[in-house]
Amino acid sequence: MSLLEVSDLHVWFDLPQGQPVHAVQGVSFALDPGERFGLVGESGCGKTTTILAMMGLLPPNASVSGEVRVDGQDVLAGGEDSARGYRWTDIAMVFQGAMNALNPVKKVGWQIAEPMAFHGIAQGAAARRRAGELLEMVGIPAAGAERYPHEFSGGMRQRASIAMALACQPRILLADEPTTALDVMVQAQILDLLIRLSSELGLALVLVTHDLPVVAQTCGRAAVMYAGEIAECGPMETLFHQPRHPYTRLLFAATPDLYGAGEVVSIGGAPPRLDEPATGCPFRPRCDVVLDRCAEEHPALQLVGPGHEAACHHAERAGAS
Amino acid sequence: MSGSQGVPLLEVENLTTRYPVRRGLTDRVTRQPRGWVHAVDGVSFTLARGEMLALVGESGCGKTTTAQSILGMVAPVSGTVRLNGTDIAGLPERQMRPLRRQLQMIYQDPYESLDPRFRVETTVGEPLLVHGIGGSPAERRVLIVAALERAGLSPAEAFLARYPHELSGGQRQRVAIAASLVLGPDLLLADEPVSMLDVSVRAGVLTLLDRLRRDGRMGILMITHDLSTAAHFADRIAVMYLGRIVEHGPARQVVRQPQHPYTKALLSVVPARDPRVRSAPQLLTGETPNPVDVPTGCRFHPRCPVAVERCSAQDPALRVAAGSASASHEVACLLA
Repeated sequence: MSLLEVSDLHVWFDLPQGQPVHAVQGVSFALDPGERFGLVGESGCGKTTTILAMMGLLPPNASVSGEVRVDGQDVLAGGEDSARGYRWTDIAMVFQGAMNALNPVKKVGWQIAEPMAFHGIAQGAAARRRAGELLEMVGIPAAGAERYPHEFSGGMRQRASIAMALACQPRILLADEPTTALDVMVQAQILDLLIRLSSELGLALVLVTHDLPVVAQTCGRAAVMYAGEIAECGPMETLFHQPRHPYTRLLFAATPDLYGAGEVVSIGGAPPRLDEPATGCPFRPRCDVVLDRCAEEHPALQLVGPGHEAACHHAERAGAS
Repeated sequence: MSGSQGVPLLEVENLTTRYPVRRGLTDRVTRQPRGWVHAVDGVSFTLARGEMLALVGESGCGKTTTAQSILGMVAPVSGTVRLNGTDIAGLPERQMRPLRRQLQMIYQDPYESLDPRFRVETTVGEPLLVHGIGGSPAERRVLIVAALERAGLSPAEAFLARYPHELSGGQRQRVAIAASLVLGPDLLLADEPVSMLDVSVRAGVLTLLDRLRRDGRMGILMITHDLSTAAHFADRIAVMYLGRIVEHGPARQVVRQPQHPYTKALLSVVPARDPRVRSAPQLLTGETPNPVDVPTGCRFHPRCPVAVERCSAQDPALRVAAGSASASHEVACLLA
């Protein structure tokens, strides 16, 4: 049994008009303590919706099916009542732009201590002391607890929002684009911190980002998402060196590399709409190796190597031979 | 258009731009001297037609202010900006306006730079109206269609009547590019032109810029924080730190044989695509200091991993880098 198991997760958003949007379509993955897992893809591929569903934080117009298990217990089974028992104490999240969402009129230490009191982890002086310790853990002197967010630089605010997420000693941390608005040097410092936290605390990390190199240098495994589904999932090295889904290969080819030779090529077209039922492979209109089958038959995610899955008819054929 | 032989398209010399620090009431009453943000401090470079120069650096290094000073959006304190040999630094708006045809800007966010109420034809055609070019609507339409085609929106007729919300991010940025191409500029300033776009379409927009300058009529100054993009698409890279260019040279040389400790550190933290290539990040402590209190001597010395005593006293000038294979590779470091 893994620490975290997501299985067959679906999310639909009801809209005032038209068909519901099927934003997440059967996502499954599992994580062990200390593991770092990347969820990558373009905007609208469902990566953020996936982790918001895991937190039980989707808006009221969303309906969710599937399971999110922590130590075998389904977090979502009892709706908000059961989700509340896991949120922050077992699964915590650093939201996109969290560093800009700190309360400007409260001291940083107070903001870290507040969830501890709310969840009955620590109160008063004990909570303040622990807030100081958490700040030190993320690389800010404990005295920073007495400061206001505007006195912090962007990198320090991002560290403080990570400390906030860790306040109730979660075992799973979901980080949504934690370095997107940061400069490269600060990005490297934050990634270094996340790597250190996951190995020192045994924290299972889900890193959501559109930035493949960031995942390549931070995570051991990753899932590439496309149109609400996992297109390919496996060890990072396998995804880069032996991708079995054309989308993974093309996404890497579209990413400039400092020393990489060869042309950087964009992927033509745009992802499909998710409010229309689709037949066949969702990537077909943008794919460079389309078969006849691709128009009719939706490729299922299947094992193509050790710990390596792909949802492509080509991968299937190669796997069979 | 203009452009006599031998005169570079753009020559920036010793450009210095600073902003006043806003004063509080107490400062005003006690008549404290104003502080200054030294945004750009003595920046020089040239750009030829057909060339792409990338200005790279972290936020606050002065790369955007440099572009704004060239455009005349902020008035530099000193220095010259020669466009086709004419100094345009600090020109009053009335004299600047006709010259703006020659230099155009592409902004970072095509979700904000396009007016949502304007059809593509109106957006791309507006610069023509402002500059009084193309007499009749029919003549203007010919120019608009040509600009859209050059920006890779083909067939252009299919895009004319669309609104921004009907376009993808990449198409929006192409419309913004068409709106700057319609005047036939000599110089394009592109401020982070792809950082708001999805990874899958970035390469397309960058390849478009690459093609536009390769036909030789136009030079492009690209401002970016992304060294991988600069390494791939620019001919030359200038690395800025706290308002200064600290290293400048052919893109390949700067990336493969960096000379300045700041450039070395910056390159070391760029994550590689290949997970087997484990970078050895050389993490600098802290962040770029406030450009109000610029350190003495070399501006980088408080964060520099190899600084020696004289670095805090002596301000290094940009000079040819002894350790590089290229004669046009310059560095501002006492130890390089």
